[in-house]
Amino acid sequence: MRELEYPFDSEYILKKSKRLKRELLESGTGFLVKKIAVLGGSTTHDIVRILEVFLLNRGIQPVFYESEYAQYFQDVMFDNPSLTEFAPDLIYIHTSNRNIAGYPRVSDSLEQIDAMLEEQYEHFRVMWDKIADKYHCPVVQNNFEYPFYRILGNQEAVYAQGRISFINRLNEKFYQYAREHEDFYVNDINYISAAYGLDKWADPFYWHMYKYAMCMQAIPEFAYNLSNIIKAVFGKNKKSLVLDLDNTLWGGVVGDDGVENLEIGQETSMGQVYSEFQGYLKAQQDIGVMLNVNSKNEYDNAVAGLNHPDGILRPGDFILIKANWEPKSRNIAAIAEEMNVLPDSLVFVDDNPAERDIVGTQIPGVAVPEIGTPEQYIRVLDHAGFFEVTSLSEDDRKRNEMYKANIERQKQQQSFGDYREYLLSLEMKGTIRPFEAVYMARIAQLTNKSNQFNLTTRRYTQSDIERFAGSDEYITRYGKLEDKFGDNGVVSVVIGRKDNTDKILHLELWLMSCRVLKRDMEYAMMDSMVQACRECGLEAMIGYYYPTAKNAMVSRFYDTMGFAKIDEGEDGSTVWRFNIPDRYEKKNTVIEVAK
Amino acid sequence: MSREEVFSRLNEVFRDVFDDESITVTDATTADDIEEWDSLEHINLLAAVEQEFGMKFNMGQVVSMKNVGEMADIIISQTE
Repeated sequence: MRELEYPFDSEYILKKSKRLKRELLESGTGFLVKKIAVLGGSTTHDIVRILEVFLLNRGIQPVFYESEYAQYFQDVMFDNPSLTEFAPDLIYIHTSNRNIAGYPRVSDSLEQIDAMLEEQYEHFRVMWDKIADKYHCPVVQNNFEYPFYRILGNQEAVYAQGRISFINRLNEKFYQYAREHEDFYVNDINYISAAYGLDKWADPFYWHMYKYAMCMQAIPEFAYNLSNIIKAVFGKNKKSLVLDLDNTLWGGVVGDDGVENLEIGQETSMGQVYSEFQGYLKAQQDIGVMLNVNSKNEYDNAVAGLNHPDGILRPGDFILIKANWEPKSRNIAAIAEEMNVLPDSLVFVDDNPAERDIVGTQIPGVAVPEIGTPEQYIRVLDHAGFFEVTSLSEDDRKRNEMYKANIERQKQQQSFGDYREYLLSLEMKGTIRPFEAVYMARIAQLTNKSNQFNLTTRRYTQSDIERFAGSDEYITRYGKLEDKFGDNGVVSVVIGRKDNTDKILHLELWLMSCRVLKRDMEYAMMDSMVQACRECGLEAMIGYYYPTAKNAMVSRFYDTMGFAKIDEGEDGSTVWRFNIPDRYEKKNTVIEVAK
Repeated sequence: MSREEVFSRLNEVFRDVFDDESITVTDATTADDIEEWDSLEHINLLAAVEQEFGMKFNMGQVVSMKNVGEMADIIISQTE
């Protein structure tokens, strides 16, 4: 919904949230329902109200638990039964500098201040540890924003006695905890309050009147930023930027003005703006964002523009360059298809409102931010939070290379007459093993991101994944695939629950990343599961298919694997059985699977 | 700005905030008359009124305000 996309009109949202909510709920979107516990150190009423509409707009329907006023600590530490019963999918702790119980005084010694710091930190640490132990769910925790006055003036951050120094050190301890704990995320209200304007943000009127940690008008920007983290945790991040060229990546029109006359580089102010923007986009690659071009241009002109000596992005930085005279909506659809991603994982960046409108209306789900004028491009894209980072994984850093290798494979495929011959030429090597510690984060990420090749679409947190891995009741397998073009990383996950009485394995989850479609990896996984069942003395596997808007491609998957259909529901769900035969012929003949 | 004009604009704000087109406010309207108007919604209502009229209530005014009539009086006195 346009009204809820960044940049938005905060006052409009504050005033109309009830109507926006009603319209979103009536829109017929299939929502992902998530239970979110909001544990406040100040009033949270309007925060929850606004957070809800932003989450709905991202396809997440939250069910909220709100602690009583400022009971965040008590609710956790004394096991409030309503919280325990609520069984949250995510806990958000909304604290602010108003919740710091003691600050240093000018007369305090450094030792006293260190002790005070430790005491404040411990208050939070014991609570987080308790949550990790009891609830096994992701935690989002505010850091602390700066106070709105400075006793020591400009020396507040210099001397340990200053409140800003104290807050900086306390925040650093929070960050340390976040680095050392999976599923723990900092909500950086120190940054958001600064970006908003601290004097306005901290208006004491709202604290003294209503016990709000920030002014009412700041709540939408605050809640939007929070919704970025929550949607990322639940696998709703975007994956790729699709970029226009003329007047988006450089000033001018390359076909009309010629490469030498484009504005890019340090010669002019406008050129500098575009250079900074190209540098920003280049840095996006490091967090795993994939870049593509969608431009109305002759292909050769587009490439010439990207080879401008003062440019920062190069043709090789893009997975696909669609420079032609096709409608941009058609190019976007082609990009989604060739990359094997859904259109709703794409962000289309174009200076021309008409092009944005065509793409936005023709291809629902594609994000089309109103990026404003060139000097605003970075702020709009950045604050929109499409690619919110939750953790830095090796896989994210390598994603661009992996997708590029995929496109190479597709090109090669065309030169082989026989598909099997092509697969063999890829020299694929697979690793299929029970879940291992180093891959837990990636496995959880896959269960939250995979929509198309996913039989049951069950979403799991990392804690769930670790629990399955450690339990005798489950057989778990992850599959990794390498080939001569590169390492695809972990691409398939299967979780089976053992029923030892009937000697049956119930396949609760079977998914595969679409980046390895048609590589026979699913057959290799099947072989491994059959082997695992044998080793455990199980006699059959039962597979389940639950239809969603996105997983039609696997509706006959179990049939292909040799299962027989034993049940069918009215909603289109199906149940399949595979009896483990005495003699089983391996289905995969093209991937070399390590012993 | 006339009192009628203030009331007509206030009426729109109330309808938006409570998402209820049947609301009509008068001098004597208080939180007791509108089901959803509790102390928490009050904050949002005041913020919306401030935005509509381009003014700000101070703490003293918020604390002593008794009904919509008094709200209108403050708006008129501050926007003249």
